[in-house]
Amino acid sequence: MEYFLELFFGGLTRGSIYALIALGYTMVYGIIELINFAHGEIYMIASFTALIVSSLLALQGMTGPAVLLLTAAAAIIFAAAHGFTVEKVAYKPLRQAPRLSPLISAIGMSIFLQNYVMLAQTSDFLPFPNLLPDLPFVAEYLPFLGATEFFIIVTTALVMVGLTLLIKFTRMGKAMRATAQDRNMAMLVGVDINRTISNTFIIGSALAAVGGVLIASHIGRINFYIGFIAGIKAFTAAVLGGIGSIPGAVLGALVLGWTESFATGYVSSDYEDVFAFVLLVLILIVRPSGLLGRPAVQKV
Amino acid sequence: MTEPLLDIRDLTMRFGGLVALSGVGLHVSAGEVVALIGPNGAGKTTLFNCVTGIYQPTAGDIFINPPGGPRRRLNGMKTHRITAAGIARTFQNIRLFPEMTVLENVMIGRHCRTRAGVLAAILRDRDTRREEREVVERSYEILERFDLADHVNDLAKNLPYGDQRRLEIARALATEPFLLLLDEPAAGMNPKETDELEGLIRRICDEEKVSVLMIEHDMRIVMSISDRIVVLDYGQKIAEGTAAEIWENPAVIKAYLGEETL
Repeated sequence: MEYFLELFFGGLTRGSIYALIALGYTMVYGIIELINFAHGEIYMIASFTALIVSSLLALQGMTGPAVLLLTAAAAIIFAAAHGFTVEKVAYKPLRQAPRLSPLISAIGMSIFLQNYVMLAQTSDFLPFPNLLPDLPFVAEYLPFLGATEFFIIVTTALVMVGLTLLIKFTRMGKAMRATAQDRNMAMLVGVDINRTISNTFIIGSALAAVGGVLIASHIGRINFYIGFIAGIKAFTAAVLGGIGSIPGAVLGALVLGWTESFATGYVSSDYEDVFAFVLLVLILIVRPSGLLGRPAVQKV
Repeated sequence: MTEPLLDIRDLTMRFGGLVALSGVGLHVSAGEVVALIGPNGAGKTTLFNCVTGIYQPTAGDIFINPPGGPRRRLNGMKTHRITAAGIARTFQNIRLFPEMTVLENVMIGRHCRTRAGVLAAILRDRDTRREEREVVERSYEILERFDLADHVNDLAKNLPYGDQRRLEIARALATEPFLLLLDEPAAGMNPKETDELEGLIRRICDEEKVSVLMIEHDMRIVMSISDRIVVLDYGQKIAEGTAAEIWENPAVIKAYLGEETL
């Protein structure tokens, strides 16, 4: 039972991180029907920013939770700025173009950002300090759960609640939903589409940045390539849950996290990805539009 | 004489070799209901699309003279700015936000009249909260006037057809326009619903002080409520006048029924 719980919470931790990144994919897809392949790179850039800022703060002799807060804030701002710029540079000029064009542009952006970080920083793995607070009560009450895992799960849950409230109740959230449902009509009731799309990229990037800081602290090392793998996993999660659906992305991410965790724990870590993708194929055979996705009705 | 609210001059719209509108002039004055009629493909909806900034006209000018505001040229303005300037529209087919509630559909219409941005949404200071409360109250008030107050929390897609059409007009009015463009508002309505719509359009014009420019094929409603009728055919204005004048106009009869060749 102990082992099961350990795997369960391990999967939940993984799933939380996937969810934070998957939300960016699904929100952008929901609003402009584009798979933003550069999204994983935003997450990677956030991790690098966090490493640089936390090292600078450590040089100043700063310690404690303030380091985490300042680092996270810097990572979020930097990632949001990158997400915003990527949209303006690579996608906005192609908004009226056939759907394949922005997709290729997204892949180009992804490669560009990877190489830009590789050249500006390094191609080696860099150690990442654990910024997350050590919570002694976790070990006492929840022996099967590490303090960092606990912190990741709780932070993610809070971020999700915040996002839900933002989308459900605020003026900006309504504009985003309206734009996703009918872009032209949204313009005609006075919604500034460009601003709404920018907001979506900013929010998605900020979420990825939170994920980047958490996971880098948890795993303890980063390099320029981590965005690609995390991006593919998160994208898988988004498709699994039904791309375009926000609760779907979270559910898909959790299912993916648990599958990987249990497959690793009970079978072998060599098969982690195999199980994850077999599951993806099976779910898509039964529900082609994902767990919570709306079926695409072709009108004839 | 006061300037017309909407003043279209020599409007031309070409799609490659196809001339959808050619040198059309049209105006709507304050307090008027103007009907735009013509056979299918005459360019009526194209004209609406030019006015609302969905199409960029090839040539010609579109001016507005908002009540109490300066004269402005709409050519090249972004759609949401035109909405903010005071022109609202509906479509031939229903274009509600299906997955939003009735209240939210109207609230989104208030979007251009409110300001709160990302920071305000996160910080939720007193101004933001007051703004949100005002939006809800004002939207509810509009829904009451449109007899939709019982459905505030229903999803828009679950309303009966006639209610959906009314909700579209309610949402358009929530943007506080001085001019409302209605594209075939009576399409798909039964005679009873059409009668109700007629009363509604009159009320919008008389009580809400919003002028109306509408495209409509239902001649009964066109004849009974329009102050003036403009007829388009093959992208050109072929006639303009009161219902009685249009009824007798040979060019209009020819456009609708074809020329007698015998």
